[in-house]
Amino acid sequence: MDFGLSEDQLLLEQTVRSFLADQVPIERVRELRDADCPNDRAIWTALAELGITGILVPEAQGGSALSLLDAALVSQALGHAATPAPFLSSAVMASVALREAGGSDAEAWLGGIASGEQVFGVAVTELFSVREEAGVRLDAGKLGGKVMMAIDAHGADFVLVVVDAETLAIVKTDAPGVGIERLPTVDATRCTAEVVLDGVTPEAVLQDAGRAIERMLQAGRIALAADALGACESMVEQAVAYAQVRRQFDRVIGSFQAVKHMCSEMIAEVEPTRSLLWYAAHSFDTLPDETPLLACHVLSHVSEIARDIASVATQVHGGIGWTDEQNLHFWFKRIATARHLLGGPEILRDQAARLQGYAPAA
Amino acid sequence: MDLEFDARYDEFRAQVRDFLDKHRPTPFGGLASGKREDRVAWLSLLIEHGYWARTIPKEFGGYGAAPDLLETVIMDEEFNRAGVPRGMNAQGPAMLVPTLLNHGSDEQRRRWIGPTMRGEIIWCQGYSEPGSGSDLASLQTSASEDGDDFLINGQKIWTSTADVAQMCFLLVRTEPDAKKHEGISYILLPMDTPGIDVQPLQTMAGSIGENSFNQVFFSDVRVPRSNVVGHRGEGWKIANTTLKHERNSLNANAEGTLMRLARLMTEETINGVPAMASPIYRDRLMALQARAFSMKHHGMRMLTCSLKGEPPGVAGLIVKLQNCQLNFDMAALALDVMGELGALYDHSKYERERGYWQAHSIFSLGLIIGGGTAQIQKNIIAERGLGLPREPKPQKA
Repeated sequence: MDFGLSEDQLLLEQTVRSFLADQVPIERVRELRDADCPNDRAIWTALAELGITGILVPEAQGGSALSLLDAALVSQALGHAATPAPFLSSAVMASVALREAGGSDAEAWLGGIASGEQVFGVAVTELFSVREEAGVRLDAGKLGGKVMMAIDAHGADFVLVVVDAETLAIVKTDAPGVGIERLPTVDATRCTAEVVLDGVTPEAVLQDAGRAIERMLQAGRIALAADALGACESMVEQAVAYAQVRRQFDRVIGSFQAVKHMCSEMIAEVEPTRSLLWYAAHSFDTLPDETPLLACHVLSHVSEIARDIASVATQVHGGIGWTDEQNLHFWFKRIATARHLLGGPEILRDQAARLQGYAPAA
Repeated sequence: MDLEFDARYDEFRAQVRDFLDKHRPTPFGGLASGKREDRVAWLSLLIEHGYWARTIPKEFGGYGAAPDLLETVIMDEEFNRAGVPRGMNAQGPAMLVPTLLNHGSDEQRRRWIGPTMRGEIIWCQGYSEPGSGSDLASLQTSASEDGDDFLINGQKIWTSTADVAQMCFLLVRTEPDAKKHEGISYILLPMDTPGIDVQPLQTMAGSIGENSFNQVFFSDVRVPRSNVVGHRGEGWKIANTTLKHERNSLNANAEGTLMRLARLMTEETINGVPAMASPIYRDRLMALQARAFSMKHHGMRMLTCSLKGEPPGVAGLIVKLQNCQLNFDMAALALDVMGELGALYDHSKYERERGYWQAHSIFSLGLIIGGGTAQIQKNIIAERGLGLPREPKPQKA
């Protein structure tokens, strides 16, 4: 019995965290927010050299075939550094979907993902929330309709589009009839886009992909939870560090119980949630029957603690925390956007109840 | 991550199940409800089979096995599943015995540990005083030298089971001129000594529950100086070992409570419809389930730290705070689900589950305060876990 990270996992985490601290410090993130697309290819290529882009791709397609727990640690590191990168879409969700769908039509794409040369966005929002009359139709081999808030679709080479609960399509972003418009959010570190499809001929259509879609969504939710938890960790670290140096009333503010208790309450939420994240991620590869419920719970729970932590960590900084200069807002906004990207807490809890028979199936 | 138990534990689990199958129903339900002979017989049987006092050396009345945390986990799981108490949940076994094992003399260990584990002696804990709660080290109950004895004077409060206990482990001030943390001694006192007056302290729980609280008054209570555990003036250090045991023992079975709450929501109807059909109650239940899952897996992580001998750091310090609040919040949802009938108590007509949820709510609140209040926990988390500085001492006027 060993509930914890292995030596290899600690090394992986350490490697990615030092790489990001070195190569993508927050000053670099600041520069990228003014770029046309913050998902900088140079960062992605460097991550490919570390084996990160193909972390969930089988070895036969040039990937490193690691577990979702490994991928979650990377995702957590990316959230901790607030790094813009299409990790969630390309390295996690598209990789899992294509791997699970199987067959040559699907697997042919995994090599490009693993090498980092081909970046995938994912268009999945309408699986759990339809707004603005969005939706996709596949008619006589042509795709029509639109998808809202497609993750990392802007700046990607391909978009993996959920057509319906059983069907996936791969669309080349510069194919005729494809319109991709970045939808700027408060979060400058994540690329979300509207994808408009007008008589588009997909590169591939994957039928009977129901399980692949479900597994993709589970993996995405766990990885997104890890990202937001990493952002929480960073905010708590910054708040504690600030409380140790900022002086008022002739004392560092961290010696005031009011401030201390804010810090304690934050870490008291982070630590058990980390344990839940490890278990949920571990279940994906070893106890897959448990994963659907755990994926809902871990993301909804992270979303709930993350909003409080984002607020409280900013409050510990006082007025300076509210400035652009202090940089804290990069994490605040990353957390804010993550909350609804793959289903907000209410949607996830409703699904968790349905999975246990507590509510009628949808 | 490896969540499998080594194969040799399967055999151990089978032995435990076999034992439980043979000994059901058990004659012992709890400290307040059972008869003394039944209690002693049951605990002695458990010790004989190694399911209680398992790692205590034989010479002190235990079973004498090597410590093995997974065996403990298996025993707890199987006894819980069978609904059988594994030993006696009381302050003697939970707090005094570990303290004696760490700090007692051989004579003290031989004399007290065996009878305590067998339930022949019930102990109470004399720590808190009316003026010394969170600031326990400021305690004023005094022990002054008189020949080979101490004479104890003062008052203790929140003394559970003082009304039934034969013995008390007590913190007293023996060195009035020393600094407050260095003037305290840990002493063992028979409760039938003249000069002890036990007065019950009614709690907000009223008639429900086994927990009897008391105030204990001491006037010139004579106790031999040899009853001190460890050295004079070391009582604070020794008590801290015990308090650590108390905090570790506040690990609640959140998942079990959550399942009970889910069952209530399936059975309880509002306007003829089960509460579970309401998306509002259901949403709250699911939020609590996510928290219960977190604490469950966090417990496994903490167990792994213990198995490896790694200090859990701040991750260990938050357990009491989070578990106690979670329990209170689960009871709160149950009471809301029962609505206006949730207030029923004291065997009232229409009362649900014999008042279980009101009791759970009230006792959870007690545990948020007891064993170090939530605010004290947050100080500890911030100072020991996050490295934030202690509050400066106020200037003496």
